[in-house]
Amino acid sequence: MVIAVIVVVCLVAGLIFFAGGTLGLLRFPDFYTRLHPAGKLDTSGALLVLLGLAVYQLFPLTLGSVLTGLKLMLIVVFIFLASPTATHAIVDAGFRAGLESWKKGDPRR
Amino acid sequence: MDDFFLGCGLFLVGLMFLSLYRGIFGPTVLDRMIGVNAIGAKTTVLLILIGVLYHRLDMFVDIALAYAMLNFIAVLAAARYFQKRKGLDEELY
Repeated sequence: MVIAVIVVVCLVAGLIFFAGGTLGLLRFPDFYTRLHPAGKLDTSGALLVLLGLAVYQLFPLTLGSVLTGLKLMLIVVFIFLASPTATHAIVDAGFRAGLESWKKGDPRR
Repeated sequence: MDDFFLGCGLFLVGLMFLSLYRGIFGPTVLDRMIGVNAIGAKTTVLLILIGVLYHRLDMFVDIALAYAMLNFIAVLAAARYFQKRKGLDEELY
């Protein structure tokens, strides 16, 4: 019962993070500002959802379930390394291509 | 509990369709790349949810890890390709 509460709280929090990231991706006015929710909120949402699922599949406790949980945490570690790197690569591409940043009063792009 | 996971998966699919708007109508090429990257990050989580629903999580974990690596390499290669091109501002489609 306690496990179910932990799983539901983790998954709902992760889905709220994903929803916020998508909302920012749709609503922000500029290329650089859109990368802010897309880079951060997707990473933390993936952390919370995968943590909840790792806790859910850990019971009954066997060697296979522990190994699967470790592999899920390995995916989280990989996402934490890869997502900021990809975000930085996209920002670098926009900066070198000469995209102007949005200032207050400009029209939305 | 399975119904709850099914609802979470459907919610994620809805968010992926919303991200697809930025992938299709984004004003520059790099905006489209942000949309595709967001869809890929959600797909990794969705694969794990499908594995829990099918009770074959040990198989779907490997698929999700391979998909995350593929998405990362694709975005990195596309970013390195488009940084050589000037004038992304004028390119509207």
